[in-house]
Formats: sequence, structure tokens, C-alpha cells
Amino acid sequence: MHEHDPHDHDHDHHHDNRYSDMQARVRALETVLTEKGLIEPAAIDAIVETYETKVGPRNGARVVAKAWSDPEFADWLRQDATAAIASLGFTGRQGEHMRAVFNTPEMHNLVVCTLCSCYPWAVLGLPPVWYKAPAYRSRAVIDPRGVLTEFGVRLPQGTKIRVWDSTAELRYLVVPMRPEGTEGMDESRLADLVTRDSMIGTGLALSPEQAR
Amino acid sequence: MSACEARSLLVQSPGLPRSAEGDPVFPEPWAAEAFAMTVHLHEKGLFSWGEWAEALSAEVHRPGRAEDGSDYFDCWVEALTGLLVRKDIADAEAILGLQKSWQRAAEATPHGRPVELANDPLSRRF
Repeated sequence: MHEHDPHDHDHDHHHDNRYSDMQARVRALETVLTEKGLIEPAAIDAIVETYETKVGPRNGARVVAKAWSDPEFADWLRQDATAAIASLGFTGRQGEHMRAVFNTPEMHNLVVCTLCSCYPWAVLGLPPVWYKAPAYRSRAVIDPRGVLTEFGVRLPQGTKIRVWDSTAELRYLVVPMRPEGTEGMDESRLADLVTRDSMIGTGLALSPEQAR
Repeated sequence: MSACEARSLLVQSPGLPRSAEGDPVFPEPWAAEAFAMTVHLHEKGLFSWGEWAEALSAEVHRPGRAEDGSDYFDCWVEALTGLLVRKDIADAEAILGLQKSWQRAAEATPHGRPVELANDPLSRRF
């Protein structure tokens, strides 16, 4: 595997979008059934939405919990997220590179883009329906603070927001800040505080009270 | 449809991968979409859940399937395709043609743009 410098990737993505046979088949069935008036895409989205926060591998939460508890792992994750995440047994199906971006009091990170197929399923599980909406992507770039407010996230004025646009080659995992009052919690309890949204940057990690 | 109804149908899907809490685990979004379409078509009365379970079970037990169940949703999609063809709702060849068209469309779609069928360079449908 070659090294990948995240600052160096070009923005010329001719082959970002690839549909696997099954992914394409599902789209084909949707097309046929929609044309025949047998399904409405909105109804399908509504059913998918019922599950989006409940399903999928929550591997990312374990990665974050380990980074909170193990400074050496956190360093490794910062230096080479692909290898650090793979060490826990989580790899993307297409072998994409991962980069972990750490929230700090000064900097909040927000990830956009799965209009095509740029979403780290292996780590984050199922993407939320809103994440695929064209509005989210464009607004997150233009007015990230406004988008965060809609998600109920209010950051201190002094906190800057950095927006990361994932690509087919490089996907991002936001490492939220460890909540207060979690000293002495083990990794499995910590992982329960790490929401899917907090790993995209549209949420914060839960406090122990919120998780209860 | 409520989450409870969807869940009770899921319980009757043989071999569905589940989390410790009993929720279904979808490996990728298309799997959730295939699941949602199936539930929706069942609700519209296109097939009974018994019929569906039988079709799915036949696919899951076909020789050559992964023993660890990792291709469970591949089976799901094949079962749904087969059921739609048998019921004359869709034509097998047309589905395959569309599948290839979506793949060409995806390849031809630049990063950050939604993949649309009209992006297929060979598309004569539109």
C-alpha cells in the first residue's frame, strides 16, 4: 500500500463513483418499480430512516473510545488512521484511506459528501438520508455554523469550523472531544457516548447523563 | 409504517444479521434500500410475507453461498429480483440492462454530483 498525503490529493476524480453489481441492481429495481408506480422513493427513504441511527457497524465508536483512553493509539490514529483503524479489524471494502480529524476547543471538524459513494461504511455504518441530500453538502460548505445550529450544535464563537470533503480515496472520521465527567469509564462505556453524528461532526459526543 | 411493524416483518426473515439489541444490521445502504423496498411492496399487497420468506430462504440455501452469511443481502436482492420476475412485475433482461446502465452512469458522474440514470453515456431511455 502506498503512502497517501492528505494534503496532496488532487481534485480530479474521474472514477469516484463505482456501483457494485448489487448496488446497481437495487437502483435498477428502484427504477423499474418507480416507473410502474409501485414504490415512491420518499416512502423508501422513510423506512430506511427508521433504521439509520440504529444499524450498521458502530466500529467508529470503538475507534474513538480507544483514542480517548489510549494516548499511544490516539497518536497512531493521528499519524496513520488507515493502519490504526485496520489494527482493530475494520477496513473499507474498497480499501480506501482513512484520516482521523480531532476536534479541539479551537477547531471543530465537519465532513461532507456522500452524493457519490464517499462514505466510510466500514467505520460509520449506514449514512443518514440527510447526509446524501444535495442541500447538506452545499450548505455545509457555505454556512457550516448554520448547519450545525440546525443540528442543535452550538459552538463557542472562538471555535473555528473546518469542513472536509471526502473523496473516493480518502474518507474522514471526526474524533469528537471526550466529554467531561467520563474519567474512569472503560472503552465499552465510552463507545456508547460516541454517536454516529459526532463522528461526522454534526453532533458532539454525549455526556454520561445524555447517554443514560 | 411504524418501526414496530417493520421489525415484526424482519423477525420473520430467516437468517437476518442482527445486532445484540435485535436490530437488523445492514452492511451498506443498498441493503437497507432493498429491505425497505421489500417491506413497501409487501405492504402494497404484491406478495405475502410467507411468499417472500420462501423466496429468500431458497436463495440463502442455494449451493455456493457464503457460510458466514456475509452475502445475505446479495441473496435478499436476488430473491426480490426473482419474485418480481415470477410475478411479471419486471422483466429479467430489462433489470439487467438497467443494472449495467446504472453502473455506467455512476462511472460517468463526477465527484460530488448525484448519480442519475441520465448520466449513462449509452442511455437511450431519456
